[in-house]
Amino acid sequence: MTETTLHPQLIQRSAALEILKNAPGAFYLLALIGIVLAFGTPGFFTVANLTNVALQVAVLSIVALGMTLVILTEGIDLSLGPVLGLCGVAASLMVVAGYPLIGAVAVAIGIGVTSGLLNGSLIAAAGLPPFIVTLGTFGIAQSIATVLTRGDSVVQLPAYYRWFNDGVFLAVPVPIWATAAVFAVTWILLYRTKFGRYVFAIGGNRQALKLAGTYVNVYHIAVYVYAGVLTAVASFIMTARMNAAHPTIGVGLEFDAIAAVILGGTSFEKGHGGIAGTIVGALAVGVLRNGLNLLEVGTEWQVAIVGVVIITAVGLDSIRGLNT
Amino acid sequence: MTAQIGRLPAPAVRRIDYGVFVVLSRLVAIIALVVVLAILSPQFLTWGNASNVLRQASLQFLMAAGLTLVVLTGGIDLAIGAILGLAACLSAALISQGHLVWGIVAGLSAGLAAGSVNGLLVTVGRIPPFIATYGMLWIAHGLGYVFMKGEVIYGLPDGFRLIGAGFVWGIPVPVVIAVVLLVVLHVMLHGTVLGRAIYAIGGNPNAARLSGMPVRPRLIIVYALSGVLSGFAALIVIARVNAADASIGEDLLLPAIATVCLGGTSLFGGVGGIAGTAIGALILALVVNGMNLLGVQTFWQSGVMGAIILISVLADQVGGARLIGKRS
Repeated sequence: MTETTLHPQLIQRSAALEILKNAPGAFYLLALIGIVLAFGTPGFFTVANLTNVALQVAVLSIVALGMTLVILTEGIDLSLGPVLGLCGVAASLMVVAGYPLIGAVAVAIGIGVTSGLLNGSLIAAAGLPPFIVTLGTFGIAQSIATVLTRGDSVVQLPAYYRWFNDGVFLAVPVPIWATAAVFAVTWILLYRTKFGRYVFAIGGNRQALKLAGTYVNVYHIAVYVYAGVLTAVASFIMTARMNAAHPTIGVGLEFDAIAAVILGGTSFEKGHGGIAGTIVGALAVGVLRNGLNLLEVGTEWQVAIVGVVIITAVGLDSIRGLNT
Repeated sequence: MTAQIGRLPAPAVRRIDYGVFVVLSRLVAIIALVVVLAILSPQFLTWGNASNVLRQASLQFLMAAGLTLVVLTGGIDLAIGAILGLAACLSAALISQGHLVWGIVAGLSAGLAAGSVNGLLVTVGRIPPFIATYGMLWIAHGLGYVFMKGEVIYGLPDGFRLIGAGFVWGIPVPVVIAVVLLVVLHVMLHGTVLGRAIYAIGGNPNAARLSGMPVRPRLIIVYALSGVLSGFAALIVIARVNAADASIGEDLLLPAIATVCLGGTSLFGGVGGIAGTAIGALILALVVNGMNLLGVQTFWQSGVMGAIILISVLADQVGGARLIGKRS
């Protein structure tokens, strides 16, 4: 796991300690919340509630997996929340208007690809700062979604639409299958392909990659496109879960996703991190929100508390020297 | 050899060129907007509308002034809108109950506190500015909603409302306030140690640190100042709209960033200034005014803000890079 020049015996002895020391904040946060909830609320460790948590975390995990790749390239994508809203609204409008589902899926994915291309080319080819570019697309996606529905919700979705959230295949809910599939695909892409190696390399040393004669921009843009596509996938689960599509459905999701990635130990600098941590991070954020619900903390406080927890976790990680 | 020596002073000259590029492109944008709107809408060239545009521009400037300082240091403050919202709620609650001075103090202190925390997180906590201030956005947002419990406060005393809705010799008071703030900040940026530190940190933080500049304290002051200015803007905004609710600051972040981008301040830090932000505020006010006059749905506004951000940043990057002769 970690490169060390210590004597093998020393490594043996300190292996457990080493893992604890290097574990990202998400592990500690998850453990802490787990303990608090186990004592504080009898309803937490029940199959029903844990399934509920897993379902809640599915959308966040899928978006956060895409965000992980973006952050590994020293980027950020603030537009993923509104893009999810836009995908959900566009796809729902189509099925409600009677178009076949496949068309709606194509449109949603097309929106994800388009926003990814826009973000990616402005960031990679034009060299603009990621947070400002994606803040621009944030506004544009939000606006188009609102204009499409005139600010209302899209309701009366066909019954089959709920399958994306309620469906069960081989005793496991569809959202969990989807998360597993996205994780598997992302894992292969990241650790078994040239694309994956370049993702780490772009974050580590973009200039070197460019000088080595690679078409860096193509891979860099592909990262944002991939994040957009995953967001489109997640939008179906989200819409089915709400049984309606609203333009603001994804607002704030990008923040939870960034939090999951950072809590999961991926650093904003130098391409350090990975996707396994992101899943733990997403669980930590999901369990935190679920726990605050069980403890009957109001939504307003939840927003503030999640903000505090995340800043604290990122700060602690950075002070421990994991980030920066 | 001689050619190389001859080329040495070039960067300085090209930097001025970049400034000229920014000023000229903005001037063209303003003239184009004025001409197009004057043709399309008969109401545009009236004294009442001009006064409206100026008031809108001054509010826009007040909201973006603190952000400009932060961006000049190479940072970003995504919390300004949320801090403004929280400060507006606290101030409005106290002022509507007759505690004028305490209301003003509460708004400014809320801004100061949130801004200082941002500064500490960025410097001592070593958290990247956009993530620290994005976290603060949600904290301030949440606290605003907790404080208001879904209520709306309206009906502020007339004396207080003067600072947002009043006139001095026919000029809206916010315009006067914005001009004073512009002069103060311009002098601060170009005539004080803090101002030079802001440019130095934005230009090259390592060089600033190595030359013995107290980078961290200066950065904390800048983020704190950004918070205080958000609190100050909150006072003007509630005086203008005569009401406050928890969502008052929600839609203010994108316009503020658009204003700074339109002002030509580089997001990489070190290049730009507060005068540019005033020009940016004027352009943005013209755009918003034009959209209102032409009856464009308000749903489009955030999209237009987003597009303006992308276009102005891209134009400066492409146009500016050609003139400076290098890309960041």
